[in-house]
Amino acid sequence: MSSRLFKGSLFIVFLMPLVVLLFGLFNEQLGANPIEVLTRDTGQWALRFLLISLSISPLRLLFGWHFLAPIRRMVGLYCFFYASVHMLLYIWLDQFFNLGDIIDDIIERPFITVGVISFLALIPLAVTSNDKMKKRLGSERWKKLHSLVYFIGMAGALHFFMLVKKDITEPLIYIAILVILLGIRLFRYGRRKLISF
Amino acid sequence: MYFKKNKLGLLKEHEITDEKLYINRRQFINKATLLAGIAALPLQALASSPGRAISKYKGLQKSPFSTVEDLTSYDSVTTYNNFYEFGVDKNDPAKNATEFPDKSEPWRVVIDGECDNPGEYDLEKLIKPFTLEERIYRLRCVEGWSMVIPWIGFSLADLLKQAQPNSKAKYVEFNTLYNPQQMPGQQSSVLKWPYVEGLRIDEAMNPLSFLATGLYGNELLGQNGAPLRLVTPWKYGFKSIKSITQIRFVEKEPVSSWMVAGPAEYGFYSNVNPDVSHPRWSQSRERRIGEVLKRKTTLFNGYEEQVGHLYTGMDLKKHF
Repeated sequence: MSSRLFKGSLFIVFLMPLVVLLFGLFNEQLGANPIEVLTRDTGQWALRFLLISLSISPLRLLFGWHFLAPIRRMVGLYCFFYASVHMLLYIWLDQFFNLGDIIDDIIERPFITVGVISFLALIPLAVTSNDKMKKRLGSERWKKLHSLVYFIGMAGALHFFMLVKKDITEPLIYIAILVILLGIRLFRYGRRKLISF
Repeated sequence: MYFKKNKLGLLKEHEITDEKLYINRRQFINKATLLAGIAALPLQALASSPGRAISKYKGLQKSPFSTVEDLTSYDSVTTYNNFYEFGVDKNDPAKNATEFPDKSEPWRVVIDGECDNPGEYDLEKLIKPFTLEERIYRLRCVEGWSMVIPWIGFSLADLLKQAQPNSKAKYVEFNTLYNPQQMPGQQSSVLKWPYVEGLRIDEAMNPLSFLATGLYGNELLGQNGAPLRLVTPWKYGFKSIKSITQIRFVEKEPVSSWMVAGPAEYGFYSNVNPDVSHPRWSQSRERRIGEVLKRKTTLFNGYEEQVGHLYTGMDLKKHF
């Protein structure tokens, strides 16, 4: 399969969560509180795409799956896409564009604070995701900026952890995956340092 | 749409919208609203299709405490539930409580503690002296959503008076059944079982406090707290304990399951209050199930007239 076809088909596959949600919405399959489901699921997909984007390098490293390299940017942008829908639903359907209420909410509720911070931190990454910006920033600076993604992943998982009422199993799964992915990188980084001595 | 009325002021047969069509129309409006952007529309009732017509209870007494707001649909009331004894997801109870309560044994309720007339009763016997009535109450969940539910039952005070509480009875404690076989959620330690709730005696004796045995003209389903549950509409929903097996008069303030689970988040009183915020959910507004945009939450869930006097002089931020 050509790389272009591969990317193109994944582009459609990655849209499927939204398509399924919209299908459910218009067929009344999202239960009594569809807006809650929409908001929750788009948030979870943002987190999932972030974890997928973080797992591409380890997968190349461990299994030599280099064919994954060209899709990393798209996966990252899909994370931003779902996070944006998630944020829009919050601003529109929960807060109805009331800036005062939104600011109060950000100040009063730590899980909102953390969520908004992780969304805002995604913006510079999305903006600088194209080749032009990459060139402009220079590889080193670009890499530095994009290492923000680890922080965003942690903040996103924490946001999820803080908002659940009592059953913390799901957010703990995300946190565990994140820790493993970070662990692989730290291990690699440490070894490289040793070798360079 | 405008219908010309006949002399009696009634709509002609063919002018009355068929119920199914009515529901479809409502659903269409609901979807179209979501799609088209809802800015211009008022907040009221976008959904809430009429519930079931079949009724087990006939000629129920109406209550002056009932609201005239649109009812939340029967489907929503019976499929969107917080009842951790049957799972932590909203749709778990409807799936896992289909066989609950076990009809082969009579449901027993113990009434004891600081009272002169304690006892253990079969439910049938316990509720027999009371005239059932319908109460249409608002229900506000601490998570920021709300419903309007037509309950069937009787005043809690009537039952409590019968037990003749003594002067040491300052509070009433309620317990849910503990039976991990029948209630699979109790096999997990997500909350401290059995579920415990409590009211101050004057709250319990307030005419709004209600014991429900049914809703929407029928017996309660398992997911709604069959066969006997509390309804305190001015408090967050979790105070309205379900599937009650014990009612006890006590001298000290009971410690509820949610107080154990999160002492900083859930207080003993848990009165609906838009000005006392919860770390996780904004309490200033709520989403009425079936509506798209949120509406303002009112103090004591709109029952200030009935219960406000219970809390005069109390700092509601401290006694949350």
